[in-house]
Amino acid sequence: MTADTTTLDASAPRLEVDALIDDPHTRIVVCCGSGGVGKTTTAAALGVRAAERGRRVVVLTIDPARRLAQSMGISELDNVPRQVKDVDESAGGELHAMMLDMKRTFDEIVEGHADAERSRAILENPFYQSLSAGFAGTQEYMAMEKLGQLRANDEWDLIIVDTPPSRSALDFLDAPKRLGSFLDGKFIRVLMAPAKVGGRAGMKFLNVGMSMMTGTLSKLMGGQLLRDVQTFVAAMDTMFGGFRTRADATYRLLQAPGTAFLVVAAPERDALREAAYFVERLAAEQMPLAGLVLNRVHGSGASQLSAERALAAAEALTDQRAEDTHADGADTADTRTASAAPAENNLEADGIVDLDAGKAGPRTAGGLSPAAAEHETPTSASAAQLAAGLLRLHAERMQVLARERRTRDRFTALHPEVPVTEVAALPGDVHDLAGLRAIGDRLAQNRTDTED
Amino acid sequence: MSRLHVVSGKGGTGKTTVAAALALALATEGRRTLLVEVEGRQGIAQLFETEALPYEERKIAVAPASDGAALRAAAGNGSGGEAPRGGGRRGGGEVHALAIDAERALLDYLQMFYKLGSAGRALKKLGAIDFATTIAPGLRDVLLTGKACEAVRRKDKNGRFVYDAVVMDAPPTGRITRFLNVNDEVAGLAKIGPIHNQAQAVMRVLKSPETAVHLVTLLEEMPVQETADGVAELRAAGIPVGGIVINMTRPALLDNGDLDIAARGARAGVAKALSQAGLGGARRGGLADRLIDPLLEQAREHAERVELERAEYAELTAIGLPTYELELLPEGVDLAGLYHLARDLRKQGPI
Repeated sequence: MTADTTTLDASAPRLEVDALIDDPHTRIVVCCGSGGVGKTTTAAALGVRAAERGRRVVVLTIDPARRLAQSMGISELDNVPRQVKDVDESAGGELHAMMLDMKRTFDEIVEGHADAERSRAILENPFYQSLSAGFAGTQEYMAMEKLGQLRANDEWDLIIVDTPPSRSALDFLDAPKRLGSFLDGKFIRVLMAPAKVGGRAGMKFLNVGMSMMTGTLSKLMGGQLLRDVQTFVAAMDTMFGGFRTRADATYRLLQAPGTAFLVVAAPERDALREAAYFVERLAAEQMPLAGLVLNRVHGSGASQLSAERALAAAEALTDQRAEDTHADGADTADTRTASAAPAENNLEADGIVDLDAGKAGPRTAGGLSPAAAEHETPTSASAAQLAAGLLRLHAERMQVLARERRTRDRFTALHPEVPVTEVAALPGDVHDLAGLRAIGDRLAQNRTDTED
Repeated sequence: MSRLHVVSGKGGTGKTTVAAALALALATEGRRTLLVEVEGRQGIAQLFETEALPYEERKIAVAPASDGAALRAAAGNGSGGEAPRGGGRRGGGEVHALAIDAERALLDYLQMFYKLGSAGRALKKLGAIDFATTIAPGLRDVLLTGKACEAVRRKDKNGRFVYDAVVMDAPPTGRITRFLNVNDEVAGLAKIGPIHNQAQAVMRVLKSPETAVHLVTLLEEMPVQETADGVAELRAAGIPVGGIVINMTRPALLDNGDLDIAARGARAGVAKALSQAGLGGARRGGLADRLIDPLLEQAREHAERVELERAEYAELTAIGLPTYELELLPEGVDLAGLYHLARDLRKQGPI
């Protein structure tokens, strides 16, 4: 087990996860990254670990896998944190978790800012209903709003936030500003013309322009939609200041020293490209970056054996086997070993694909087992065949390893200052607390043991 | 046969790659396809190794002829906007690309239908265009799908369709039904007027057999779950679902049967075999012997993964849609890889 080949280069500082989550000054951890890299699982695993190490934690998830949500007891959407059972609380910590309900979060803001009559008018407005159910950005905005609420409650000493699966992972930073700029914008005032602007004599000319504009809008949107929008805007008028203030406060909260951003990525080109972009963007926004979590990294306990040597050895064994079986007059093993060659070559040869075989089970191509399994006692031939299979598998693993390292090195070359922790790949998906604990261990261990 | 192919899938499953491969695969025998991007990520430009796409349809690739000759010609000239026409042969078609920008689409639309030249600019100055394309519920999506539908229906002077097929690199599965169905909602919100009419026209295309939504997945739990959910949602909304593309498949190199053998005491035999293959001594503690435990551990992980993949595969086939498989390209997808995937798709029959 050559530890040096599977651990990080000295050039990338290590991200000490336990130090981060144990530090009482860390109050908010934001997990961000592109889709499909394991943000939600990372957030949940950090939550379990921090709670079991003695902190009162709440995890805000956006869109967890169903089974993960069920295992944490948050599968129903009620927009309040629920205590997660079966977490070891002996260190004095607790874990709460919730799934974001963006419409309800929006409704609650309205209800909190307007009297009963006015808020009912807003909630019943068709334009509002559509807006709150999900225009591009509502989810991002509401996630940040909920974070602000949780922080204001001061009931937890650590808040871990998962970010929405945005088209660009950065949308959640922009959404509050975008909404804010709209609410402050001239367009709102046009919509409310002439009531707002018309009173002043000096604005007469402008007002003519504006009513022309509303005329145009009416022509485009249809009179009824424009009226819905105008009613909505008028009803929301008193709340706009509040929205703006809250958006600004949340933005400042993200910049505060108690906040730590974790950029989550998989060791793949696109995910790391997005991660690099995120690192730069966070720096530009003066948001505190704690480090990069590199998920699903592969290792090998036999990394002393290179892919090339493993393949050469496998080939030697296969040749030997082919000779043996040829002498026996048997041909089954021969065709099987041939099918273990890259499928591409077969396709190139004749350009015909047996569709039915492909659909019946993609996993059977190249499988060595049926022939091998027939042997009750392993013969030297089947042992050789098995050894060849193991070597091919190892070669594939070493190629994956090399590729992942190259991708990671490209990132560290661009951002040598960013601390990194690598999380060894698990063969399956995680959907229970035990699995989350295992991920937590891997997050904190930083792969000091090379046994995956 | 469908002419609008909408490609969706969970984040990280490679939907942009699959959409591009599909656009290439459909561009055979002189056919012309349009590959459309709606999320402003410039993923298509990156994939085709060209500069960022403007809001303008342009030819980005010549599809391979069946013998692959045009493939080499096109792959050799991936950087420029003008690819060669496959050396004049009839075998290949053309792929055009367009990155739809909602704001520009709205201004175009206003110009086209209302001749709102200066009023459009004034609206923009006021932030109305911003409002329409980023804040107003659904309007952005209406504009994006509307532009794609316009390309589907566009005809040339002779009354022939300008594009034989339009392939859209669409938002992820979690949002796709809402994205496509938003016209219904907008048509309900704006009960009269041009927006209402436009939304309804788009919906007619999207719900017709002219459209097919394809979902890209991996053989992993979450993407498969999202695929199943997505298919159910699309069906409920009355939007035609096409096929499921299983991306990044990997061959099974070893199986549980092999592990059984290992468990039944093949250890010594395997060590001997490794040793024979020149990997050191087979005796206990020898170099070959020391390889066995880690190699078997890797085999166990592999078998576990294969087992999981089988289960996910079974779940996918239970959905009852045609499936297509694309193998994992170990070195990532470059231009040559893209053509390779397109060829694989084409071999698997009409999509």
